[in-house]
Amino acid sequence: MKFKELIRKGIVTENPVFIQLLGMCPVLAVTNTAENALGMGAATTAVLLGSNFVISLLRKFIPSKIRIPAFVVVIATFVTMVGMVMKAYFPALDAALGLFIPLIVVNCLILARAEAFASKNSVAKSIVDGIGMGIGFTVALVILGAVRELLGFGSIFGAVMTWSSFEPAMVMILPPGAFLALGMLLALYNKIASMNLKKQ
Amino acid sequence: MLEKLTVSSTPHILSKNTTYKIMMHVVIALLPATLGALYFFRLQAAMIIFLSIATAVSAEWGIQKIRKQPTTINDMSAVVTGLLLGLNLSASVPWWIPVIGSAFAIIVVKQIFGGIGQNFMNPALAARIMLTISWTGRMTSWVSPGVDAVSTATPLSYVKGLNIIPEDAPRILDMFLGNIGGSLGETSALLLIIGGLFLVFKGVISYKIPLVFISTVAGFALLYGAFDLSFMLYHIFSGGLMIGAIFMATDYSSTPITMKGRIIFALGCGVITSLIRLYGAFPEGVGFSILLMNLSAPLIEKYTRPRVFGGGKQNA
Repeated sequence: MKFKELIRKGIVTENPVFIQLLGMCPVLAVTNTAENALGMGAATTAVLLGSNFVISLLRKFIPSKIRIPAFVVVIATFVTMVGMVMKAYFPALDAALGLFIPLIVVNCLILARAEAFASKNSVAKSIVDGIGMGIGFTVALVILGAVRELLGFGSIFGAVMTWSSFEPAMVMILPPGAFLALGMLLALYNKIASMNLKKQ
Repeated sequence: MLEKLTVSSTPHILSKNTTYKIMMHVVIALLPATLGALYFFRLQAAMIIFLSIATAVSAEWGIQKIRKQPTTINDMSAVVTGLLLGLNLSASVPWWIPVIGSAFAIIVVKQIFGGIGQNFMNPALAARIMLTISWTGRMTSWVSPGVDAVSTATPLSYVKGLNIIPEDAPRILDMFLGNIGGSLGETSALLLIIGGLFLVFKGVISYKIPLVFISTVAGFALLYGAFDLSFMLYHIFSGGLMIGAIFMATDYSSTPITMKGRIIFALGCGVITSLIRLYGAFPEGVGFSILLMNLSAPLIEKYTRPRVFGGGKQNA
């Protein structure tokens, strides 16, 4: 029951993108297609799982004064591993995401979960928190990526979704489109959340 | 007796100017350019201008209904936005360009940021730039005036990268009158100046912003063209400079309040326009320059804040 609550927290009530607005750099930069968004979400989830696991294991040994450098070392280790796996098995995706894979090191979502959750909770809880937050982050990225790809390329995951005379809006796959789409999705998310609140 | 003593807070002296009056004056000032557009580009111009005004007004009404706010379509500001956007489009655009553009201008740029008086950018111009980035081909395929609608280049693309006017470029007199390719309402410098003089005469805008903006561009062109007067005239009569300087850089809510701030604003617009035109990748830079200066307006205001009468020296 407790674990179910943690998962729900990560995906819905404390969604890292729509509620906490964490890790905005990859959220805005690599969501021009649903595929890139999924790749970035999966990579971030893998790093988050690993770092939450190790940091909660070490939480009693890390002196609180140097906890941030210690967290960053752990996170960087997992980012390097994920980066190597992606280079070896998904070279095309790695090329598309480019610099944003190494930049996961400074993704504030991962550091925030390490600081706010993994360093204070048990290993099992931290893993579940990592899964919940990771899925929440990935789902948000894929929604944003799908909206931008649909309007900017006329397709979702590369499959053409629009009629033949549809002319995609270039702006949606450029940086301004990321801000526009994220703002609209946030407004929609808040609208749905407030409607649910009224029902209760 | 007591009813005649109204107790109220300041201000006690109200100007007779209402938003409606100001907006009506802008519409009247844009009329010569609009009629010019109808004369030069015929039915196509009528359709584009109608669609963009109709969409702007219905988008404003619709979004205010959805958000349960009092509707402000009666103050004419949506009409002005729609008209300005329509005049900023090429005669060859399909029907959905003005519709999407107007809806974007009103809903995203104007209403989401709080409606009239709260927008941080000129809505019509932001929509034009959004459309240009999205559908570059559609937005930059210009046609020459007349019934035939032959595709053509704008005067600015003839001089791109040059410091003299090439032989085959349009004549300056044609550019002054508007007999050239370009957006519906920006081709005729003469008709825009007539509208601008009307606004200055009515006190709606000050002549300073357009004057400083245009003279900065003129100064740059003069230096760049080695004091060739016709090169300078070519630059100030071409592109969106006249419509931008007179109708867009003078927007109340997205420009600084003080006169000093406005002059800095206009100077910045002129410098950025010239830099883009003479050294940038695009032939025209008026739109980008005004939007960039719109974004700098809060900063300019911070440094040009007037001193309170009787107060000490302020640290800006």
